[in-house]
Amino acid sequence: MNLLEDFSPGLFFMQAIILIILIVLLGKFAWKPILSALSEREEGIESALKAAENAKLEMARLEASNEAAAQDARAQRDEMLKDAREIKEQMIADAAGQAQEKADKIIASAQEAIESEKKAALADIKSQVADLSLDIAEKVTRKELSEKDAQLALIDKMLAEANI
Amino acid sequence: MEGTLNLVGAGLIVIGGGLGLGQIGGKAMEAIARQPEAAGKIQTAMIIIGALLEGLAFGALILGS
Amino acid sequence: MFTAYLKTAFFALILTAFATAQAQDNHGDVDHHEQVVADGGKVNTKEEIKSYIEHHLQDSHDFHLFSYTNDANERKHIGFPLPVMVWSSAGPKFFLSSKFHHDDNAQVLVKEGDATFFKLHSKIYELESGAAAVSYDGDHHPSNAHKVFDFSITKSVFGLLAVGLIIFLLFRSLARQYKTKSIPTGVGRVLEPLVLYVRDEIARPNIGENKYKKFMPYLLTVFFLIWISNLLGLTPFGFNITGQIAITSCLALFTFFIVQFSANKDYWKHIFWMPDVPVLMKIVLIPIELLGIFTKPFSLLIRLFANITAGHFVVMSLIALMITLKAQFGAVGSTGLSVVLTLFISVIEVLVAFLQAFIFTMLSSLFIGMAVAEHDHHEHAGTEEDDVDEVRERFI
Repeated sequence: MNLLEDFSPGLFFMQAIILIILIVLLGKFAWKPILSALSEREEGIESALKAAENAKLEMARLEASNEAAAQDARAQRDEMLKDAREIKEQMIADAAGQAQEKADKIIASAQEAIESEKKAALADIKSQVADLSLDIAEKVTRKELSEKDAQLALIDKMLAEANI
Repeated sequence: MEGTLNLVGAGLIVIGGGLGLGQIGGKAMEAIARQPEAAGKIQTAMIIIGALLEGLAFGALILGS
Repeated sequence: MFTAYLKTAFFALILTAFATAQAQDNHGDVDHHEQVVADGGKVNTKEEIKSYIEHHLQDSHDFHLFSYTNDANERKHIGFPLPVMVWSSAGPKFFLSSKFHHDDNAQVLVKEGDATFFKLHSKIYELESGAAAVSYDGDHHPSNAHKVFDFSITKSVFGLLAVGLIIFLLFRSLARQYKTKSIPTGVGRVLEPLVLYVRDEIARPNIGENKYKKFMPYLLTVFFLIWISNLLGLTPFGFNITGQIAITSCLALFTFFIVQFSANKDYWKHIFWMPDVPVLMKIVLIPIELLGIFTKPFSLLIRLFANITAGHFVVMSLIALMITLKAQFGAVGSTGLSVVLTLFISVIEVLVAFLQAFIFTMLSSLFIGMAVAEHDHHEHAGTEEDDVDEVRERFI
C-alpha cells in the first residue's frame, strides 16, 4: 500500500472545511452552553456547600448564644426567687414583730386597766368595808355615838394597818 | 527477496514493540500493586506511553512495508 | 452501555458477514477481470479477497452496500451514487458517480464538456486531450492521464457529514436541556459524563487549570468526531473514515497548528536555546527539538490511521475465513470459526475505537499543554540543589 498515492488532497480539503465548520458550530451552539452550564452548576454546588457550612456555623453560634441567654435567665430567676424569699421572710418577721408589739401593748393596757379597776375596786371595797364596819360598830355601840369622829379615825387607822 | 526482508523487518518491529509494551504493562502492574490508590494516574500514563510506542511501531511497519 | 455496544457490534458483525458473503464485487485487477466477470463477480480466491479488502480500505465515490448477480446474469449494486466534484483542466466539474457505472478499472470514460474522466483504484483521473483510451506504464500507472483535485462528496466525506450531524444534534439537545434544568435527562445523561470526562480527565490535567478553556471546543469536537467515526466504521455501512490518511493527517495538522500558534515564549526557548545545558548540547539539541515538532503530529496521524486500518483489515480477513477455510472445515465450520473470531476482534475494536479517540485527544492536549506551560524550573532547580546539599551536610 503506497501511502502517498493513497493520500487524497480533495478529501483532506473537505475534511479541513468540515472540521472548521464543526468546531465553530459546535463551539457556538453546543460546547459553550454545555460547559458554561456545567461550570455554573459546579459553582452553584460549591456555593451551596459553602452556604450550608456557614449555616451550620451560624447555627452553632446561635445555639451557644441561646445557651448563654438561658443561663442568664436561669440566674436571674434564681436571683428573683432568692429576693422573693428574703422579702417574704422579712415580711413575716415584720408582721410577727408588729403583732408581738400590739399584743404587748394590748396586754400592757389590759394590765393597766386591770390594775386601775383593781385599785378602784379595792378603794370601793375599802370604803364599803369602812361603812360596813361603821354600821356594825354603830349597831354594836348604838348607845354611844358621840365620839363618832374619833372612832372613824380609829377604824381608818386600823384599816391602814390591816393593809389589804 | 525484498518482500522477505520486509517480512523479517515487520517481525523485528513487532518483537521490539511487544517487548516494550510488556515492559510498560509489567512495570505499571507493579506500580499499581505497590500503590493501588494511584491506579488511575498510572493507567493514564501507561496508556500514553503505550500509544507512543504503538505509534512508533506502526510508523515503522507502514513506512517499511 | 457496554452491553449495548456488544449488541451493536454483534449485529454489525452479523450484517457485515452477511453482506460480505453476499457481496460480489466486480472489482479486480485488470488481469483478473475476465475471470471475475466469468464467475459472476464472486470473491473466491485469496487475491480477490485481498483486493476486495484493499478496495474497502480506500475511499469510494458511491455509497455501496453490496452487489449480487441476478438470475439473468446481471450485476446489481445496492447503494446510491454520491456527487463527484473535481477541478479539472477545464475548470470545476460536477456529476454523479453513477456515471462511472461502478467501474474502478478505467474501463468507463466519462465525458464532461472538454474533459474526459475515468476512475482507477478509487481515484479519478483526467485523460489528456487527444487520447482515446488509457495506456499504462510499467508500474501499472496511467501514462496519458493525470490525477485531478477531487473534492467530491466521497463515502468518507458523506460519513463525516453524517457524524458531524449526529454530534451536532446530540449535543445541541444536551445544550438545550441546560436552559430549563440543571441535570439532563435521557440521552443527555450519557453525554454529560463524556463531556465531563474530556474536560476533567483529558484537558484539565494536561493543559492546566487556567488555560484549558480555550481549547475545549477543539478537543471535544475531535474526541467525538473520532470516536463516532470509529464506531461507524464497525457498522456494516462500511465507512472507513478515520482509516483515511487524508483525514487523520488533517486532524493531526489541526493539532500541529493549534500547538504552534498557542505556544508561548518558553516553548520556543526550549526548542532553540534549551536552558540549563552546556552550549554545545544546545546546538546539538536544536535539530532534535525541531524534528520533534513534526514527529509529534506525524505519530498522531500514523497511529490513528494504522490502528483503524489494521482493525478493519483484521475484521475483514477474519470474515473472509469463511471463504478461505471452506475447503478445510466445510461451510458450517468455517463460518462458525469466522463468526467467533470476528466477534472477538470486533469487541476489541469497540474498545480500540474509544481508546484511539481518547489517545488522540489526550496527546493533543498534552502537546498543547507543553506549548502553553509556564516553566519556572530555573529557580526551582536551584532550590532543589540547595536542599540536596543541605541534606547531605546534615548526614556528614
